[in-house]
Amino acid sequence: MKYLYYPGCSLKSSGRAYEESMLLVFRHLGIEIQELQDWNCCGATNYMAINEKSALSVTTRNLALAEEQGGPGEINLIAPCNACYMGLLKAKTYLESEQMLRDTVMEKLISAGLKYEGRVNVLHPLDVLVNKFGLENIKETVTKPLTNLNVVSYYGCQVVRPITIFDDVADPVTMDQIAMTLGATAVDWSMKLRCCGGSMTSTISDVGLRLNYLLLKEAKRKNADVIITACPLCQFNLECFQGKISRMYHDKINIPVMFFTQLMGLAMGLDKKALGIHRLFVQPQKV
Amino acid sequence: MSSKINNKMPTLMIKREADLDKDFGKRIAKLAHGEKLYGCIQCGNCSSTCPLSPYMDYTPRKIIAMVKAGFRDDVLSNRTIWLCASCYSCTVECPKGIKITDIMYALKREAILNKIYPKRFTIPAMSRSFYDTVKHNGRSNEVALLMKYYLRTNIFSALSYVGVGLKLFRTGRLVIFEKKMKRIHEFKKMLLSSEIK
Repeated sequence: MKYLYYPGCSLKSSGRAYEESMLLVFRHLGIEIQELQDWNCCGATNYMAINEKSALSVTTRNLALAEEQGGPGEINLIAPCNACYMGLLKAKTYLESEQMLRDTVMEKLISAGLKYEGRVNVLHPLDVLVNKFGLENIKETVTKPLTNLNVVSYYGCQVVRPITIFDDVADPVTMDQIAMTLGATAVDWSMKLRCCGGSMTSTISDVGLRLNYLLLKEAKRKNADVIITACPLCQFNLECFQGKISRMYHDKINIPVMFFTQLMGLAMGLDKKALGIHRLFVQPQKV
Repeated sequence: MSSKINNKMPTLMIKREADLDKDFGKRIAKLAHGEKLYGCIQCGNCSSTCPLSPYMDYTPRKIIAMVKAGFRDDVLSNRTIWLCASCYSCTVECPKGIKITDIMYALKREAILNKIYPKRFTIPAMSRSFYDTVKHNGRSNEVALLMKYYLRTNIFSALSYVGVGLKLFRTGRLVIFEKKMKRIHEFKKMLLSSEIK
């Protein structure tokens, strides 16, 4: 199966290691994947807070582009960032159920020289890897099993909420399953879906840092060697503020936070630099 | 002394019927895709699952009750709605299936439209900065976004992020010049008809 993929803004800057590692892993597995041309921002959470009709048009433009570039029939579009994934999925779902909204957005798309027919499946890389490609097939590619490695999977908010199509809404397991397939120990914890605060680490930093401290503290208590995540903003918050958090709470926190695709790449014996490991603030010594 | 308190307290402590905006709830329900906010049973599941509710003046449960009752100005000028980080746990946990996150979005938009959001508060400033960045470039550049944001709020607060910024630069994660969109004119044309100032 051929996939189109929508990188989103973060995967081109602070979260670029996610793009690098995902593309490398997908190609290593033989999954054909191609970047959507001329994509725009998904709108994330902030755009929706200002202007809804614009927000939905902005999001849906990407779906329309996918149809334009993907040819006839069903299009499979991968959105690796949780916020992009949910933004696209939510726009698609809302347009399907609300005629008036659909008409408004369609009209706007026409003024942008595009049309959207509703042929796009929005997919998360976790969904593609676990449910389409299969864990058994991943297992065959593991050359350096991650034995004796405690991995905590942090899913973040928007991968199964509010709409879930591939995992459990209260207790997702796909990332844990991948960690186990790589030979690691998937540590169960209660904070899988607990919010990292998003941009609150910049806007109301004391509150934002506190939310992240709760996550890091629990990961530390569970003896995590590494935290894996599927969202660039979660990764950024959990990793980049560990110094600040340690000073604020007088609690030394030093846990590597990686994208799950980076961990996969390491277990497959792929090149560390190509996986963007050098971009991490905390190096994963135990991997 | 006591008469002074008696004169002042009642107007401060209670709401008057005349102060209420009776249709506020209906309008918000419509803006939030016909949300069933009148089905709310005030169970408080939303507030208990909300990771931000300890920091809110009014918890999500209270906000719903206030919207239903018509406390328009209190709700819209309050910081609470801006604390919602859109994690959707309330939406998932609500036993009546009310999409509370969508209601919070509708309230934020209503506050922006009527210009009664807390002006000096950082979160709406971040949302506005994000909106402007995307409107002009089609994509969000982290450096441009944060510069806009700090100019809007407090430029000196950016100083506490210098350390993180340097590390990001060293690891090649601070990208100042990103690839531009080719069809940006079409993109801007699409947004033209529904812009807000």
